[in-house]
Amino acid sequence: MLLNQYLLLAAALFCIGVYGVLTRKNGVMVLMSIELILNAVNINMVAFGVHNAEAGAASVGGAVFALFIIAVAAAEVGVGLAIVLLIYRNRRSINVADASLMKG
Amino acid sequence: MSLMSTPLFAAAAAETFQPASWLFDNVWIVPALPALSFALILLFGKNFAKHVHILGIAAVATGLLFSTVTAFAWITQYEDEQSHHGPAEEDHSEEEGAGGFVTIANADEEGDGHAEEESDGHDDSGGEIAARGCNVEENNHGRFGPEAASQFIGEDEYALTDASEIAATAEEGEEGGGGEHIKPAAVVNCLDWFETGSFGSDIGASGDEAAQGGRTLKFSIGTIADGQSIMMLFVVTFISLLVHVFSTEYVKGDRRYVHYYAFLSLFTASMLFMVLSATTLQLIVGWELVGVCSFALIGHWWEDQDNSNAALKAFLTNRVGDIGLLIGMIVLFFGAGQTFDIMTINHAAVTGGLSQTTMTVASLCLLTAVMSKSGQFILHTWLPDAMAGPTPVSALIHAATMVVAGIYMVGRLYPVFWNGLMIPGSSFNILAFVGALTVVGGGALAFVQRDIKKVLAYSTVSQLGYMVLALGVGAWTAAMFHLFTHAFFKACLFLGAGALSHACHHSFDMKDEMGGLRKKMPITYATFLIGTFALAGLFPFAGFWSKDEILVGTGGFPGTDANGTYTLLLIMGLIGAAMTAGYMTRAIWLIFFGEYRGHDHPHDPPRAMSWSLIILAVFATFAGFLNIPADWFGPIGERYGLKFEQWFEPGGGDVFPVISHGDSNLLLAILATLAAVGSAYVVWTYYQRLYAKNPAATEYSDGIRTKNSFASAGYTLLENKYYLDHLYTGIITGFTKGPLARAAYWVNQNVIDEVIDTAGRTATSAGRFVYKFIDQGTIDGAVNLSGNSSSDAGQVLRRLQSGSIRQYASLMFGAATVLAAVFIVAV
Repeated sequence: MLLNQYLLLAAALFCIGVYGVLTRKNGVMVLMSIELILNAVNINMVAFGVHNAEAGAASVGGAVFALFIIAVAAAEVGVGLAIVLLIYRNRRSINVADASLMKG
Repeated sequence: MSLMSTPLFAAAAAETFQPASWLFDNVWIVPALPALSFALILLFGKNFAKHVHILGIAAVATGLLFSTVTAFAWITQYEDEQSHHGPAEEDHSEEEGAGGFVTIANADEEGDGHAEEESDGHDDSGGEIAARGCNVEENNHGRFGPEAASQFIGEDEYALTDASEIAATAEEGEEGGGGEHIKPAAVVNCLDWFETGSFGSDIGASGDEAAQGGRTLKFSIGTIADGQSIMMLFVVTFISLLVHVFSTEYVKGDRRYVHYYAFLSLFTASMLFMVLSATTLQLIVGWELVGVCSFALIGHWWEDQDNSNAALKAFLTNRVGDIGLLIGMIVLFFGAGQTFDIMTINHAAVTGGLSQTTMTVASLCLLTAVMSKSGQFILHTWLPDAMAGPTPVSALIHAATMVVAGIYMVGRLYPVFWNGLMIPGSSFNILAFVGALTVVGGGALAFVQRDIKKVLAYSTVSQLGYMVLALGVGAWTAAMFHLFTHAFFKACLFLGAGALSHACHHSFDMKDEMGGLRKKMPITYATFLIGTFALAGLFPFAGFWSKDEILVGTGGFPGTDANGTYTLLLIMGLIGAAMTAGYMTRAIWLIFFGEYRGHDHPHDPPRAMSWSLIILAVFATFAGFLNIPADWFGPIGERYGLKFEQWFEPGGGDVFPVISHGDSNLLLAILATLAAVGSAYVVWTYYQRLYAKNPAATEYSDGIRTKNSFASAGYTLLENKYYLDHLYTGIITGFTKGPLARAAYWVNQNVIDEVIDTAGRTATSAGRFVYKFIDQGTIDGAVNLSGNSSSDAGQVLRRLQSGSIRQYASLMFGAATVLAAVFIVAV
């Protein structure tokens, strides 16, 4: 199996995700972009896992890591959405550029 | 009667048996009773202030009962042992075998009369009893106490050598003396008081102990019941009881009646505690307790400045000697292998476990303690001043408690003095000389006193001198016997003085307030006269026998064959005997003869007081018969003579030196009596003539001292008490307060302070430098710098925190990219 195809896909996804995080003003969209980044990483994990298994090292480590990341991502999205919801309730807006109270 | 004079360190030869009775194991009850009464009076005395004496009397009476029964048990066991044991040698060993070779230390409290039998291979040691002190039992159980440690190393060798020696010397004794007595060994009971880690742990440590992981130093507290302490128990409780009874009348209605009885009880308790002490530590505690009680009682009427000063003087003078006591005990503690145990110390002193130097140093230090406590020259000055206390207290102090503590202590540690001062075979030693000097010096002072109590006080000083003299010349028994008889007649005289003052305006002045009281106070007169006869040593009163024995004990008289030949001290003793009779005759004449010079109607005291006097007079008459010489009065003397010596002198064993007793000498007794009677006659005729001119006068312008310049000078010297008080307060204290203090002040100001000032100044300037450059410049600079730089950095960096999430995100990703680039390039 060729690894580079998966890696290219993951890189593309990662870049799209970063772009989304940096350009989107909608908080929900930012969260979705983060999901893209995480899934890009997941693809890498699984791909390397399979690659390593073929190379002779019997391992499910990559897949297990991917599972962990999915679980953590789910939790992170839960927290993120809750924050977005609270920001919305307070300010009637989910524009992340508006939430700049922590300015030093 | 007399053994040959023994070389130093000879193992004692006399055979001993182990007396056993519940009483001997529980003598602690005797001091416990007055201590209890003290506590009760202190706690509840206020509630029944008028009847508080009942408690004290009950406690002391019970104590007297107990000690009398104990004394009887002791005597009975002794006599039984003599009748069981025939004179034959074989008989002895057989009996001893059956009777058990016993150690005396019943470390457990419930040792019910039967001292534990030890069968650890001593049975063939020929009548040896291991007379040791505390913790012996523990040793056998393997818990080594350091006290006995050194002594128990190689005990078997001891036993073996002892056995042969004993066999040899015992035979010698049998042949030479004709009938050695089997002496009772001391009964020692100990409790552990506290334990500490040892210091200097290699002294006397054996391999075993090291293996057991170091030693601990065990402090024991316990009782010794032997002849000496049992005799003292009786004397102390007896005198104390009579003093308690006498006081009910004497201090009736006193404003501190409760306080008085509380301290009377504590005084008795402390003396009994000291008498029974099994360790030197305990002895010191008892010794100091006695001192404190005497302080409180001498200053009983402290509102009067003089009384309070006298109390302070007594206490402070005693402190001087206490230093000697402490040092002496410490020397003995280390000398005998870290032990406070009296029996172990004595054992070491007898068997050579203590070096000659150690014993000499220790006995000289302890001599200082004796000098202060027992009123010996030159530290006797507190004793006459102590007359400021109530008279019954004086009786107690002088007869039974306090002053005899010093005598008792020497008697208790006698082997140390015996070898330390090389008493046997000598003709002079410092202990005996101090005693003899006190006999003569104190007696002379008694001649010039107007105050009846002061006469008696100096008489006590002089009589204590006799006891110390006797101890110094090796006549242990004579000293203790004199202590015994002296207690009765001196208490009798003091209580008599109390009765006199009770009748005469509470005054003690013989010249102003007394005279011709013979008819007015017949009971007081009779008892006082008996006391005087006993004190002056007239046949057959108590003092005669004990004083005679002391004079014999000096060995100075030809044919007396005592421990040494102390001729000079014998002469001083005889002079003292003459003086005693002289000043007592003077006192008797001034009080009871001539015409009454006071302004009152004196009468005999109330019942409680007169009965105390009568009982004491009876004892003053008959107490001497306890120790009549064996070779007087034919068969009666042989059967009943020297009983005091047989009953109460410690058994040889190896805790007491072999003492030879002088042979009584009729000629010496007659000589001493003649000296006394002669001196009494001279004094008597002098006062008869003097007062014949004007019987009511209180001062005479044509007495001996106005006619004779030598007598006048002597009077002035005596009047000023040899200027000793001047020496102490004027010269020593004055020098300390004046030039010495000024010199010390100068040194303080100019040397010490200068040094300190310089040090201070240097420190200040150094501090200033440090403050300026190091603290302010360097340290504060660094601190400020770090603070300022953080603050500035914060000012710069706060711009980074824009609050814009996208800026953060871009920074993060940018940084991640840089990091990734670094990784890629580097890896």
